[in-house]
Amino acid sequence: MLPQNHFSAADAAPATAPLFPFVLQLADTSLILAHRLSEWCGHGPVLEQDLAMANIALDLLGEARSYYQYAAELEGQGRTEDDLAYLRSAVEYRNPLLVEQPNHDFAHTILRQFLFDNFHYHLLKALLTCPDAQLAAIAEKSVKEASYHLKWSSEWVIRLGDGTPESRQRLDKAIATLWRFGEELTTPTAMEKALQEVGVLPDYAALKPAMQAHTEYVFAEATLPLPTQVFAQQGGKNGRHTEHLGYLLSELQYMQRTYPGLTW
Amino acid sequence: MVNAVAPTEAHIWQLLEEVSDPEVPVLSILDLGIVRGVTIAGEQITVTITPTYSGCPAMNVIATEIRLRLLAEGYPNVVIHNQLSPAWTTDWMSQAGREKLEAYGIAPPVDGTATGHVLNLFGKDTAVRCPVCKSTHTHLVSQFGSTACKAHYQCDDCLEPFDYFKCHN
Repeated sequence: MLPQNHFSAADAAPATAPLFPFVLQLADTSLILAHRLSEWCGHGPVLEQDLAMANIALDLLGEARSYYQYAAELEGQGRTEDDLAYLRSAVEYRNPLLVEQPNHDFAHTILRQFLFDNFHYHLLKALLTCPDAQLAAIAEKSVKEASYHLKWSSEWVIRLGDGTPESRQRLDKAIATLWRFGEELTTPTAMEKALQEVGVLPDYAALKPAMQAHTEYVFAEATLPLPTQVFAQQGGKNGRHTEHLGYLLSELQYMQRTYPGLTW
Repeated sequence: MVNAVAPTEAHIWQLLEEVSDPEVPVLSILDLGIVRGVTIAGEQITVTITPTYSGCPAMNVIATEIRLRLLAEGYPNVVIHNQLSPAWTTDWMSQAGREKLEAYGIAPPVDGTATGHVLNLFGKDTAVRCPVCKSTHTHLVSQFGSTACKAHYQCDDCLEPFDYFKCHN
Protein backbone atom coordinates (compact mmCIF):
# COMPACT_ATOMS: atom_id res chain seq x y z
CA MET A 1 0.00 0.00 0.00
CA LEU A 2 1.43 3.37 -0.98
CA PRO A 3 1.67 5.96 1.76
CA GLN A 4 -0.82 8.73 1.59
CA ASN A 5 0.84 11.92 0.46
CA HIS A 6 0.52 14.53 3.17
CA PHE A 7 2.54 17.15 1.37
CA SER A 8 1.18 20.15 -0.45
CA ALA A 9 1.83 21.14 -4.03
CA ALA A 10 4.67 23.30 -2.76
CA ASP A 11 6.76 20.13 -2.34
CA ALA A 12 9.30 21.13 -4.93
CA ALA A 13 9.91 24.55 -3.37
CA PRO A 14 13.40 24.81 -1.90
CA ALA A 15 13.42 24.66 1.88
CA THR A 16 14.15 28.01 3.44
CA ALA A 17 13.76 26.78 7.01
CA PRO A 18 16.77 24.94 8.44
CA LEU A 19 16.32 21.20 8.77
CA PHE A 20 19.06 20.71 11.39
CA PRO A 21 16.98 21.46 14.53
CA PHE A 22 14.18 19.18 13.39
CA VAL A 23 16.48 16.25 12.65
CA LEU A 24 18.08 16.82 16.04
CA GLN A 25 14.63 16.74 17.67
CA LEU A 26 13.88 13.39 16.03
CA ALA A 27 17.28 12.10 17.16
CA ASP A 28 16.83 13.24 20.76
CA THR A 29 13.34 11.74 20.90
CA SER A 30 14.45 8.29 19.74
CA LEU A 31 17.58 8.32 21.90
CA ILE A 32 15.82 9.27 25.13
CA LEU A 33 13.05 6.71 24.68
CA ALA A 34 15.65 4.06 23.75
CA HIS A 35 17.48 4.84 26.98
CA ARG A 36 14.31 4.59 29.05
CA LEU A 37 13.42 1.22 27.52
CA SER A 38 16.95 -0.07 28.00
CA GLU A 39 16.59 0.64 31.73
CA TRP A 40 14.18 -2.32 31.76
CA CYS A 41 16.85 -4.73 30.54
CA GLY A 42 17.07 -7.50 33.14
CA HIS A 43 13.99 -6.22 35.01
CA GLY A 44 11.14 -7.13 32.65
CA PRO A 45 8.06 -8.94 33.98
CA VAL A 46 8.90 -12.04 31.91
CA LEU A 47 11.90 -12.85 29.74
CA GLU A 48 10.07 -12.40 26.42
CA GLN A 49 8.91 -8.89 27.32
CA ASP A 50 12.31 -8.00 28.70
CA LEU A 51 13.71 -8.97 25.28
CA ALA A 52 10.94 -7.10 23.49
CA MET A 53 11.78 -3.84 25.28
CA ALA A 54 15.50 -4.29 24.64
CA ASN A 55 14.76 -4.98 20.97
CA ILE A 56 12.62 -1.88 20.63
CA ALA A 57 15.29 0.15 22.42
CA LEU A 58 17.85 -1.10 19.91
CA ASP A 59 15.67 -0.17 16.94
CA LEU A 60 15.19 3.33 18.35
CA LEU A 61 18.89 3.69 19.09
CA GLY A 62 19.73 2.73 15.51
CA GLU A 63 17.20 5.23 14.23
CA ALA A 64 18.64 7.92 16.55
CA ARG A 65 22.13 7.27 15.17
CA SER A 66 20.91 7.77 11.60
CA TYR A 67 19.37 11.10 12.60
CA TYR A 68 22.41 12.26 14.62
CA GLN A 69 24.76 11.42 11.75
CA TYR A 70 22.55 13.35 9.35
CA ALA A 71 22.19 16.25 11.82
CA ALA A 72 25.98 16.46 12.20
CA GLU A 73 26.31 16.57 8.42
CA LEU A 74 23.62 19.26 8.08
CA GLU A 75 25.21 21.40 10.79
CA GLY A 76 28.63 21.15 9.15
CA GLN A 77 30.46 22.48 12.20
CA GLY A 78 32.62 19.42 12.73
CA ARG A 79 30.49 17.99 15.54
CA THR A 80 29.96 14.22 15.35
CA GLU A 81 26.98 12.05 16.27
CA ASP A 82 28.67 11.36 19.61
CA ASP A 83 29.18 15.08 20.34
CA LEU A 84 25.49 15.69 19.71
CA ALA A 85 24.34 12.83 21.93
CA TYR A 86 26.87 13.10 24.75
CA LEU A 87 27.86 16.74 25.03
CA ARG A 88 24.61 18.68 25.04
CA SER A 89 22.86 19.64 28.27
CA ALA A 90 19.22 19.05 29.16
CA VAL A 91 18.09 22.52 28.03
CA GLU A 92 19.59 21.82 24.60
CA TYR A 93 17.67 18.56 24.21
CA ARG A 94 14.55 18.84 22.05
CA ASN A 95 12.63 15.63 22.79
CA PRO A 96 8.97 15.93 23.78
CA LEU A 97 8.30 15.48 27.53
CA LEU A 98 6.53 12.13 27.08
CA VAL A 99 9.64 10.10 26.22
CA GLU A 100 11.69 11.27 29.22
CA GLN A 101 9.02 10.22 31.75
CA PRO A 102 10.27 7.49 34.11
CA ASN A 103 9.33 3.85 33.58
CA HIS A 104 7.41 3.24 36.83
CA ASP A 105 5.53 -0.07 36.38
CA PHE A 106 5.03 -2.10 33.20
CA ALA A 107 1.59 -0.58 32.52
CA HIS A 108 3.09 2.91 32.71
CA THR A 109 5.86 1.96 30.28
CA ILE A 110 3.33 0.36 27.92
CA LEU A 111 1.09 3.40 27.82
CA ARG A 112 4.04 5.74 27.22
CA GLN A 113 5.11 3.46 24.39
CA PHE A 114 1.62 3.30 22.91
CA LEU A 115 1.25 7.10 22.85
CA PHE A 116 4.66 7.45 21.22
CA ASP A 117 4.32 4.55 18.75
CA ASN A 118 0.95 5.74 17.51
CA PHE A 119 2.51 9.09 16.59
CA HIS A 120 5.91 7.75 15.47
CA TYR A 121 4.44 5.18 13.08
CA HIS A 122 2.11 7.67 11.42
CA LEU A 123 4.81 10.35 11.23
CA LEU A 124 7.27 7.95 9.58
CA LYS A 125 4.62 6.85 7.09
CA ALA A 126 4.09 10.49 6.14
CA LEU A 127 7.85 11.12 5.93
CA LEU A 128 8.17 8.37 3.28
CA THR A 129 7.21 11.03 0.74
CA CYS A 130 9.29 13.78 2.34
CA PRO A 131 11.10 15.85 -0.31
CA ASP A 132 14.28 15.55 1.72
CA ALA A 133 15.77 12.29 0.39
CA GLN A 134 17.76 11.40 3.50
CA LEU A 135 14.80 11.86 5.88
CA ALA A 136 12.65 9.78 3.53
CA ALA A 137 15.30 7.03 3.47
CA ILE A 138 15.56 6.91 7.27
CA ALA A 139 11.75 6.79 7.47
CA GLU A 140 11.64 3.93 4.94
CA LYS A 141 14.05 1.95 7.11
CA SER A 142 12.37 2.79 10.42
CA VAL A 143 8.67 2.55 9.57
CA LYS A 144 8.83 -1.24 9.33
CA GLU A 145 10.27 -1.42 12.82
CA ALA A 146 7.81 1.16 14.15
CA SER A 147 4.92 -1.00 12.91
CA TYR A 148 6.19 -3.90 15.08
CA HIS A 149 6.43 -1.53 18.03
CA LEU A 150 2.91 -0.18 17.62
CA LYS A 151 1.49 -3.68 17.25
CA TRP A 152 3.27 -4.75 20.45
CA SER A 153 2.25 -1.76 22.57
CA SER A 154 -1.34 -1.84 21.23
CA GLU A 155 -1.74 -5.52 22.10
CA TRP A 156 -0.42 -4.85 25.59
CA VAL A 157 -2.79 -1.92 26.16
CA ILE A 158 -5.61 -4.34 25.29
CA ARG A 159 -4.26 -7.14 27.49
CA LEU A 160 -3.78 -4.88 30.50
CA GLY A 161 -6.98 -2.90 30.05
CA ASP A 162 -9.13 -5.98 29.54
CA GLY A 163 -7.07 -8.09 31.94
CA THR A 164 -7.29 -8.44 35.70
CA PRO A 165 -8.55 -5.76 38.13
CA GLU A 166 -4.90 -5.23 39.10
CA SER A 167 -3.65 -4.69 35.52
CA ARG A 168 -6.64 -2.48 34.81
CA GLN A 169 -6.10 -0.18 37.77
CA ARG A 170 -2.41 0.14 36.90
CA LEU A 171 -3.25 1.10 33.33
CA ASP A 172 -5.89 3.55 34.55
CA LYS A 173 -3.26 5.17 36.74
CA ALA A 174 -0.83 5.36 33.80
CA ILE A 175 -3.50 7.06 31.68
CA ALA A 176 -4.18 9.58 34.47
CA THR A 177 -0.46 10.38 34.67
CA LEU A 178 0.66 10.28 31.05
CA TRP A 179 -2.26 11.39 28.89
CA ARG A 180 -1.34 15.05 29.34
CA PHE A 181 1.96 14.48 27.51
CA GLY A 182 0.43 13.08 24.30
CA GLU A 183 -0.69 16.36 22.78
CA GLU A 184 2.83 17.80 22.53
CA LEU A 185 3.73 15.22 19.88
CA THR A 186 1.29 16.66 17.34
CA THR A 187 1.53 20.31 18.38
CA PRO A 188 4.06 21.92 16.05
CA THR A 189 6.64 24.32 17.45
CA ALA A 190 7.52 27.49 15.52
CA MET A 191 10.41 25.57 13.95
CA GLU A 192 8.14 22.71 12.86
CA LYS A 193 5.53 25.15 11.52
CA ALA A 194 8.18 26.83 9.38
CA LEU A 195 9.14 23.44 7.91
CA GLN A 196 5.49 22.55 7.36
CA GLU A 197 4.96 25.79 5.48
CA VAL A 198 7.72 25.00 3.00
CA GLY A 199 6.38 21.46 2.55
CA VAL A 200 9.28 19.60 4.16
CA LEU A 201 7.19 18.33 7.07
CA PRO A 202 3.68 16.92 6.93
CA ASP A 203 0.91 18.89 8.57
CA TYR A 204 0.43 17.09 11.90
CA ALA A 205 -3.30 17.76 11.78
CA ALA A 206 -3.41 15.41 8.79
CA LEU A 207 -1.92 12.60 10.90
CA LYS A 208 -4.49 12.96 13.66
CA PRO A 209 -7.50 11.16 12.14
CA ALA A 210 -5.54 7.92 11.65
CA MET A 211 -3.98 8.22 15.12
CA GLN A 212 -7.37 8.88 16.66
CA ALA A 213 -8.99 5.96 14.82
CA HIS A 214 -6.28 3.61 16.07
CA THR A 215 -6.63 4.86 19.65
CA GLU A 216 -10.40 4.43 19.54
CA TYR A 217 -10.07 0.89 18.20
CA VAL A 218 -7.49 -0.16 20.80
CA PHE A 219 -9.31 1.46 23.71
CA ALA A 220 -12.61 -0.14 22.69
CA GLU A 221 -10.92 -3.57 22.58
CA ALA A 222 -9.33 -2.83 25.95
CA THR A 223 -12.74 -1.85 27.37
CA LEU A 224 -11.23 1.50 28.33
CA PRO A 225 -13.20 4.74 28.10
CA LEU A 226 -11.51 7.34 25.89
CA PRO A 227 -9.80 9.87 28.14
CA THR A 228 -11.45 13.27 28.13
CA GLN A 229 -8.55 15.09 29.72
CA VAL A 230 -7.81 18.30 27.83
CA PHE A 231 -4.87 19.72 29.76
CA ALA A 232 -1.69 19.34 27.75
CA GLN A 233 1.75 19.54 29.31
CA GLN A 234 4.29 20.83 26.80
CA GLY A 235 7.75 22.33 26.57
CA GLY A 236 10.27 19.59 25.83
CA LYS A 237 10.46 20.41 22.12
CA ASN A 238 11.48 23.94 23.16
CA GLY A 239 14.02 22.76 25.73
CA ARG A 240 11.82 23.14 28.84
CA HIS A 241 12.02 19.71 30.39
CA THR A 242 10.73 17.89 33.44
CA GLU A 243 13.26 17.23 36.19
CA HIS A 244 13.65 13.63 34.99
CA LEU A 245 15.75 14.43 31.91
CA GLY A 246 18.72 15.76 33.89
CA TYR A 247 19.02 12.53 35.85
CA LEU A 248 18.70 10.47 32.69
CA LEU A 249 21.41 12.47 30.91
CA SER A 250 23.76 12.35 33.87
CA GLU A 251 23.75 8.57 33.54
CA LEU A 252 23.76 8.50 29.73
CA GLN A 253 26.59 11.05 29.42
CA TYR A 254 28.66 10.17 32.49
CA MET A 255 31.56 8.46 30.72
CA GLN A 256 32.07 11.13 28.04
CA ARG A 257 31.72 13.96 30.55
CA THR A 258 34.15 12.37 33.00
CA TYR A 259 36.70 11.11 30.47
CA PRO A 260 36.34 13.47 27.48
CA GLY A 261 37.07 11.78 24.17
CA LEU A 262 37.02 8.30 25.68
CA THR A 263 36.78 5.52 23.08
CA TRP A 264 36.83 1.74 23.25
CA MET B 1 50.89 -6.00 0.73
CA VAL B 2 49.30 -4.51 -2.32
CA ASN B 3 47.88 -6.80 -4.94
CA ALA B 4 49.65 -6.33 -8.25
CA VAL B 5 46.55 -7.42 -10.11
CA ALA B 6 43.83 -4.82 -10.59
CA PRO B 7 40.64 -5.89 -8.78
CA THR B 8 37.71 -7.11 -10.84
CA GLU B 9 34.13 -6.91 -9.67
CA ALA B 10 33.68 -10.66 -10.06
CA HIS B 11 36.66 -11.32 -7.81
CA ILE B 12 35.38 -8.92 -5.14
CA TRP B 13 31.97 -10.60 -5.15
CA GLN B 14 33.73 -13.93 -4.72
CA LEU B 15 35.59 -12.61 -1.69
CA LEU B 16 32.39 -11.17 -0.19
CA GLU B 17 30.85 -14.65 -0.38
CA GLU B 18 33.46 -15.64 2.24
CA VAL B 19 32.33 -12.97 4.74
CA SER B 20 29.75 -14.36 7.13
CA ASP B 21 27.09 -12.80 9.31
CA PRO B 22 28.61 -12.73 12.82
CA GLU B 23 25.26 -13.54 14.45
CA VAL B 24 24.26 -16.28 12.01
CA PRO B 25 27.67 -17.62 10.95
CA VAL B 26 26.25 -20.15 8.47
CA LEU B 27 25.05 -17.28 6.28
CA SER B 28 27.35 -15.28 4.04
CA ILE B 29 26.53 -11.61 3.67
CA LEU B 30 25.48 -12.44 0.08
CA ASP B 31 23.03 -15.08 1.35
CA LEU B 32 21.64 -12.43 3.66
CA GLY B 33 21.20 -10.03 0.76
CA ILE B 34 22.78 -7.00 2.37
CA VAL B 35 25.40 -6.26 -0.31
CA ARG B 36 23.82 -3.86 -2.77
CA GLY B 37 26.75 -3.23 -5.08
CA VAL B 38 30.45 -3.22 -5.77
CA THR B 39 32.16 -0.49 -7.77
CA ILE B 40 35.79 -0.14 -8.63
CA ALA B 41 37.48 3.13 -9.50
CA GLY B 42 41.21 2.70 -10.00
CA GLU B 43 42.46 1.12 -6.78
CA GLN B 44 39.45 2.17 -4.72
CA ILE B 45 36.79 -0.44 -4.09
CA THR B 46 33.39 0.72 -2.87
CA VAL B 47 31.11 -1.85 -1.31
CA THR B 48 27.54 -0.70 -0.70
CA ILE B 49 25.71 -2.48 2.08
CA THR B 50 22.28 -1.97 3.58
CA PRO B 51 21.41 -2.59 7.24
CA THR B 52 18.86 -5.27 8.08
CA TYR B 53 17.49 -3.44 11.13
CA SER B 54 18.38 0.15 12.14
CA GLY B 55 20.09 -0.84 15.34
CA CYS B 56 21.65 -4.11 14.17
CA PRO B 57 24.95 -4.27 16.10
CA ALA B 58 26.36 -6.71 13.53
CA MET B 59 26.63 -4.02 10.85
CA ASN B 60 29.87 -2.54 12.24
CA VAL B 61 31.37 -5.99 12.57
CA ILE B 62 30.34 -6.85 9.01
CA ALA B 63 31.95 -3.65 7.68
CA THR B 64 35.18 -4.54 9.52
CA GLU B 65 35.08 -8.13 8.23
CA ILE B 66 34.71 -6.90 4.66
CA ARG B 67 37.73 -4.61 5.06
CA LEU B 68 39.82 -7.38 6.59
CA ARG B 69 38.90 -9.89 3.88
CA LEU B 70 39.76 -7.46 1.08
CA LEU B 71 42.92 -6.31 2.87
CA ALA B 72 44.08 -9.92 3.16
CA GLU B 73 43.74 -10.15 -0.60
CA GLY B 74 45.86 -7.03 -1.05
CA TYR B 75 43.14 -4.42 -1.45
CA PRO B 76 43.68 -1.77 1.26
CA ASN B 77 41.67 0.98 -0.40
CA VAL B 78 38.09 0.08 0.54
CA VAL B 79 35.14 2.35 1.13
CA ILE B 80 32.05 0.90 2.81
CA HIS B 81 28.95 2.82 1.86
CA ASN B 82 25.82 2.42 3.99
CA GLN B 83 22.65 2.71 1.95
CA LEU B 84 19.27 3.02 3.69
CA SER B 85 16.97 3.15 0.69
CA PRO B 86 15.57 0.94 -0.74
CA ALA B 87 15.22 -0.66 2.67
CA TRP B 88 16.42 -4.22 3.15
CA THR B 89 13.84 -6.97 2.81
CA THR B 90 13.99 -10.72 3.44
CA ASP B 91 13.04 -11.12 -0.25
CA TRP B 92 16.73 -10.47 -0.91
CA MET B 93 17.80 -13.52 1.03
CA SER B 94 19.04 -16.27 -1.30
CA GLN B 95 17.42 -19.70 -1.59
CA ALA B 96 20.73 -21.28 -0.54
CA GLY B 97 20.71 -18.99 2.50
CA ARG B 98 17.23 -20.12 3.48
CA GLU B 99 18.23 -23.77 3.32
CA LYS B 100 21.38 -23.12 5.36
CA LEU B 101 19.32 -21.30 7.97
CA GLU B 102 16.91 -24.20 8.43
CA ALA B 103 19.76 -26.71 8.64
CA TYR B 104 21.31 -24.51 11.31
CA GLY B 105 18.12 -24.62 13.42
CA ILE B 106 16.61 -21.24 12.50
CA ALA B 107 13.33 -21.26 10.59
CA PRO B 108 13.75 -19.20 7.38
CA PRO B 109 11.36 -16.31 6.59
CA VAL B 110 7.99 -17.32 5.17
CA ASP B 111 7.55 -14.97 2.21
CA GLY B 112 4.58 -12.68 2.05
CA THR B 113 3.86 -12.84 5.77
CA ALA B 114 5.40 -9.52 6.77
CA THR B 115 2.98 -7.49 8.84
CA GLY B 116 4.52 -4.49 7.09
CA HIS B 117 2.31 -1.47 7.36
CA VAL B 118 -0.77 -3.45 8.36
CA LEU B 119 -1.55 -3.45 12.04
CA ASN B 120 -3.04 -6.87 12.43
CA LEU B 121 -3.54 -6.92 16.21
CA PHE B 122 -3.67 -10.40 17.73
CA GLY B 123 -3.69 -11.65 14.15
CA LYS B 124 -3.18 -15.27 13.26
CA ASP B 125 0.45 -16.34 13.68
CA THR B 126 2.42 -17.20 10.56
CA ALA B 127 2.60 -20.97 10.03
CA VAL B 128 6.31 -21.56 10.57
CA ARG B 129 7.90 -24.96 10.07
CA CYS B 130 9.87 -26.34 13.01
CA PRO B 131 13.51 -26.64 11.86
CA VAL B 132 13.93 -29.79 13.98
CA CYS B 133 10.91 -32.05 13.32
CA LYS B 134 9.49 -30.09 10.31
CA SER B 135 6.03 -29.86 11.87
CA THR B 136 4.05 -26.71 11.09
CA HIS B 137 2.19 -27.15 14.36
CA THR B 138 4.07 -24.29 16.06
CA HIS B 139 3.19 -21.08 17.86
CA LEU B 140 4.66 -17.61 18.26
CA VAL B 141 6.08 -17.00 21.75
CA SER B 142 7.29 -13.47 21.11
CA GLN B 143 7.64 -11.19 18.10
CA PHE B 144 11.02 -10.15 19.53
CA GLY B 145 13.68 -12.84 19.74
CA SER B 146 17.39 -13.23 20.42
CA THR B 147 18.33 -10.66 17.77
CA ALA B 148 16.40 -7.85 16.07
CA CYS B 149 15.79 -9.97 12.96
CA LYS B 150 14.26 -12.96 14.73
CA ALA B 151 11.04 -13.92 16.50
CA HIS B 152 10.76 -16.60 19.13
CA TYR B 153 8.64 -19.70 18.33
CA GLN B 154 7.94 -23.06 19.90
CA CYS B 155 7.03 -26.34 18.24
CA ASP B 156 3.83 -27.90 19.62
CA ASP B 157 4.83 -31.40 18.49
CA CYS B 158 8.48 -31.84 19.48
CA LEU B 159 8.28 -28.88 21.94
CA GLU B 160 11.56 -27.43 20.66
CA PRO B 161 11.84 -23.66 21.19
CA PHE B 162 13.39 -22.10 18.08
CA ASP B 163 14.24 -18.83 16.38
CA TYR B 164 12.32 -17.69 13.32
CA PHE B 165 13.96 -15.27 10.92
CA LYS B 166 11.10 -12.77 10.53
CA CYS B 167 9.71 -11.96 7.10
CA HIS B 168 10.50 -8.27 6.68
CA ASN B 169 9.38 -6.26 3.67
